[in-house]
Amino acid sequence: MKYLILIHQNRAARAEFAAMPQEVQAAGLQAYVELNSDLAAAGELVSAEALADDSTSTVVSLRSGALVTSDGPFAESKEMLAGYYLVDVTSRERAVEIAARIPEVAAGAGDVEIRPVMDYSTPDA
Amino acid sequence: MVGDSLEGLLRELAPQALGAVARRTTDFGAAEDAVQEALLAAATQWPREGIPGNPRGWLVTVASRRLVEQWRRDSARRSREHLAHPDEDHRAAGAEQDDSLELLLLCCHPALTPPSQVALTLRAVGGLTTAEIARGLLVPEATVAQRISRAKAAIRRAGARFVLPVATDLPGRVEAVAAVLYLVFTEGHAASSGTAVTRVDLTAEAIRLTRMLVARATHASALEPVRGEVQGLLALMLLTGARRPARVAPDGSLVPLDRQDRTTWDRGLIDEGIALVTGALARERLGPYQLQAAIAAVHAEAATAADTDWPQVLALYDLLLTTAPGPMVTLSRVVAVAMAHDPATGLLELDLVADDPVLVDHHRTHAVRAHLLERSGDLTAAVVEYLTASRGTRSEPERRYLEARAAALIG
Repeated sequence: MKYLILIHQNRAARAEFAAMPQEVQAAGLQAYVELNSDLAAAGELVSAEALADDSTSTVVSLRSGALVTSDGPFAESKEMLAGYYLVDVTSRERAVEIAARIPEVAAGAGDVEIRPVMDYSTPDA
Repeated sequence: MVGDSLEGLLRELAPQALGAVARRTTDFGAAEDAVQEALLAAATQWPREGIPGNPRGWLVTVASRRLVEQWRRDSARRSREHLAHPDEDHRAAGAEQDDSLELLLLCCHPALTPPSQVALTLRAVGGLTTAEIARGLLVPEATVAQRISRAKAAIRRAGARFVLPVATDLPGRVEAVAAVLYLVFTEGHAASSGTAVTRVDLTAEAIRLTRMLVARATHASALEPVRGEVQGLLALMLLTGARRPARVAPDGSLVPLDRQDRTTWDRGLIDEGIALVTGALARERLGPYQLQAAIAAVHAEAATAADTDWPQVLALYDLLLTTAPGPMVTLSRVVAVAMAHDPATGLLELDLVADDPVLVDHHRTHAVRAHLLERSGDLTAAVVEYLTASRGTRSEPERRYLEARAAALIG
C-alpha cells in the first residue's frame, strides 16, 4: 500500500531552525539522511523530496475564463508544506512508524499527515 | 506455460537452472545473480546463434562460470570450499531434477518480509527481471532491487539452505508459499485497463507458479497433508481469473458479480477450476483455499446471478468461518445470509457483527449495508451508506462504482 507522508512544518520553528548554528542544522539534517537510507534499504521508498519555501510558489487558477498566475503561498497559515515521502509499505501502522521518525515530529516543529494513495486497479468483484 | 516464445522458454528454464546452480553453493544470493546473468546472455545470444541443443545445460554452465569468476574477483571471500564441485558442470546440468518446490520454499522463507518474498519469488522462480517486477508492482526499479537484495541477505542470515524442510515444518512452509502466490495473484488480478496497460501480468505468473507447485504436490508423498490446499489455491485463482473479461466495463468502470456478462467468463478456466476443487474436496484434507474455491465454483455454475445457489454459498461460508475465521469472511457471510433469506435478515445479521473492531467503520461494511438497505427499499439510508463507503475506499474504481450507485438512487 502506498502512503503519502506530508510534512507540515511550523513556520516559526522553520525560522528558528534557520537561525541555528550550522552544526546544529547539520545534525538535524542527518536524521533525514538516515531515514532516507533506511527506507531505501528496506525497499519501502518510492520517492521523497524537500520543497522550497512556499514564498517561492506560484498559484495557477482560472478567473473569468482566463488563466491567472499569482506569486506566493496557496494559503497563509501557521504551517507550510515543507516536503513529502511517498512510501510503499505493508500497513498503515508501518507508515505511522515512519512518520514518527520525521525530525519535525520529534522536535515538535510541525505535524505530519499520512494519506493513503488511491489505487487505480480494479478490485475483485 | 508462457508459450513457445524465447522468453517463455527462458522463464521456464530459469528455476531449473537456478536449482542446479544453487545446489552447488551455500550462497543462494550469488547463485541467483549468476543465473540472472546467464539468462541475460541467453536472451542476447540465442536469437543470433540459435537455441543450443541442451538449453538448460547451457544456462547452468554459463551461470556456474559466472559464479566461479565472481569468487576469483572477490578476493575478500576466498571461500572456495563453499563450491562443492565447480567443474562438473555438464554432468550435473544434464541431471533433470524438479527443484521448483525447494526454490519456492527458500524464496518464501519466514525470515523474509512479504514484499521481499514476492519480489524474490518473481525473480528467482518466475524468471522476471527487476524492471518487469517493478512494472508489475508499480514501484520504482530501485525499490524492487532493494527488496531482492534484502531478501538474499535475510536468507544468508537465517542460514537457510536449499533443501526440503523436515516433514513437520513442511505444511507451514508450503502455507507461506501459498500466501505469497496468492498475494502475487491479487496484485495482478487488481490490474485493469487504462492506467495499467504496461503492467506485467502477475495473474498469469501466479497461476503459472501455482501450477508448478501443484504438479510437485501431486507426486510428492511428503506434501500429502497440503496437497488439497495447493490444489484449492490453483482452483481459486482459475475460477476468479475466469471472470476477468467481465469485471471491467468498456469505460473502465467496475462491474459487480451480479451484473457481469457471464457469457464472457472463460469456460476453460472454470471447467479446470471446478474439476480441481471437486477432486480436492473429495480426496484431500479440507482447508480455506478449497472452501473459497468451492464458493467461486458455485457462482461459476450459475448461468445467471438469479440462479445462484445461495443456501450452498451460505453453508460454505459457515464452514469457512469455523476453518479460517476473519472479519472479511464474516462480512461475506452476511451477504450470503441476505441472499439466501432476505435483506432484512441480512441487516439484522450485520448489526450483530458490525461492532467487530475491524468491521465497525470499514468501508466494506458500509457498502454491504448500503446494498442491503437498497434491496429492502430504504433508499435514503442506502444513499448515505453508499457515500460513506465511497469516502472510505482507497480504490478509485470502487469509489466511482459506489458513487454511481448512490447517484442512481438519487436520480
